[in-house]
Amino acid sequence: MSVLIYTEIAKGKVKKSSLEAVNYGSRIAAQLNTTATAVIVGDADVTDLGKAGAKKVLKLKNDKLKDLNGQYLTSAIEQAVTAESADVVIFPFDFTGKEVAPRLAARLKAGIVAGAVDNPVISGDSFSVKKNVFSGKAIANYTLHSAKKVISLLPNSFPVELKDGSAEVVDFAVNLDAVNSPIKVKEVKKATTELNLPDAELVVSAGRGLKGPENWGMIEELAKELGAATACSRPVADMHWRDHHEHVGQTGVAIRPNLYIAIGISGAIQHLAGVNGSKTIVVINSDKEAPFFKSADYGIVGDAFEVVPKLIAAVKNFKANHN
Amino acid sequence: MKILVCISNVPDTTTKISFVNNDTAFNTAGVQFVINPYDEWYALVRALELKEAQGGNVTIIHVGGADSEATIRKGLAIGADDAVRIDSDPNDAFAVAEQIAAYAKDKGFDLIMAGKETINYNGSMVGAMLAELLNLPFVSMATKLDVASNVATIEHDIDGGVEVVECPLPLVLSANKGMAEARIPNMRGIMAARTKPLQVVAAAAADKLTSISNYTLAKGRTDCKFIDAAHPEKLIELLHTEAKAI
Repeated sequence: MSVLIYTEIAKGKVKKSSLEAVNYGSRIAAQLNTTATAVIVGDADVTDLGKAGAKKVLKLKNDKLKDLNGQYLTSAIEQAVTAESADVVIFPFDFTGKEVAPRLAARLKAGIVAGAVDNPVISGDSFSVKKNVFSGKAIANYTLHSAKKVISLLPNSFPVELKDGSAEVVDFAVNLDAVNSPIKVKEVKKATTELNLPDAELVVSAGRGLKGPENWGMIEELAKELGAATACSRPVADMHWRDHHEHVGQTGVAIRPNLYIAIGISGAIQHLAGVNGSKTIVVINSDKEAPFFKSADYGIVGDAFEVVPKLIAAVKNFKANHN
Repeated sequence: MKILVCISNVPDTTTKISFVNNDTAFNTAGVQFVINPYDEWYALVRALELKEAQGGNVTIIHVGGADSEATIRKGLAIGADDAVRIDSDPNDAFAVAEQIAAYAKDKGFDLIMAGKETINYNGSMVGAMLAELLNLPFVSMATKLDVASNVATIEHDIDGGVEVVECPLPLVLSANKGMAEARIPNMRGIMAARTKPLQVVAAAAADKLTSISNYTLAKGRTDCKFIDAAHPEKLIELLHTEAKAI
């Protein structure tokens, strides 16, 4: 028995959401008196996987895995599950997690909880996990009835903890001769932003209140000073003021950073559904009746064009005094 | 082209969420149910556009009780040709996928589409599970879909960007925003929907691998603390000392 965790590399490093999943999986392994094994595709420094709690790292080896095609990945992870006698498989609830975790669960006939927000409660044969439902308005407590279990962890549910520890790293040759996916990748268009929005700890977001795309300079400057990612509301993406990858909300990306600063966004229920998991929410809006203030921790009623430059100055000043 | 679109019956986005029976069940009293927006605006409407341009048939399929029929009729009013309701409680994603797979496996669908997730359970699972059970390729979070000479060209969201893929039919895909614009059923569509075929199929044997033991409401935020617009530095101070966010 063991706990297996699917992890991924971005820009030469193990992704933050993957490290969260390894922390999570190693806590479950400790509860089950077993160890955590991470699986990863590609070459990168995997020292952090050991620091996050993995005792073993399997580097999945097969040329067919380079595009992270879901059909190949499912079979590769299935082979690792068998080799490691894993009873619990953890994924980050991200793009790959959404594509592969349910497919693997169906193959293993494993009960799955997609988007877990808390550690499982394990007592004898009973195994339950909480996840957000109704777009973050409620939490459901799921019980898993199957011997094998798959859990995908909602990113930013726990801070990453790295401790002294190292993992045995081994190459794991995967046999995919019997699997042939008809999907061919023609083109990949990566967004040019430095920070990946779902992974970001701090997010500065702006809406229609900014009046036009030419006014985003101060939003980008504020984000840069804070080390934050930038985001936007749906109308802004629909009007092509900003790229649609920045759109957060029910139909865009759902995020839950430590700090979400919303500037000139009224706070429609669909927008809130994508951001209400944020730890701290700041709302800056000229309309004191904006519904977003009801879901905010801190609010400033004021004109963004006056408040934001002052805020940038305040952040610069703060950094000067705290470095 | 034969297209199957999976639709869920979900509470309208603005519903106030509450629970009954010691917090073990969603309180449906007074709740307006609708087709899950991702299933309707993106999957179903794009399926109809493809059918209108290239010919074929669009079937909608739903796993649920008789109380979902108004929602199914709306899908027919928007333009689906026929509908199937599998008479079973949709309370576990794998069980739902097994029901749909049992129906679809020998029907020769070229395309099976679902929304990227439902707005009530937000699991994003049924599409991928269906693909597994039917041994088909799966493309998730599609934002653009075209079909020519039996090959689908799909743009879909990936981590930090967009990927363009080609895949010969048949395949399963999940639809994200961008696939199509919402359609409002017209009077002719509503009238026609009354007489379109809605077949009720008995549930096949299915596993039940998970269940929900209870619900809790998410904690709302306490009162918003307002900061003078003339002194935003106060906000930075509070974010550091009180919220510990910076």
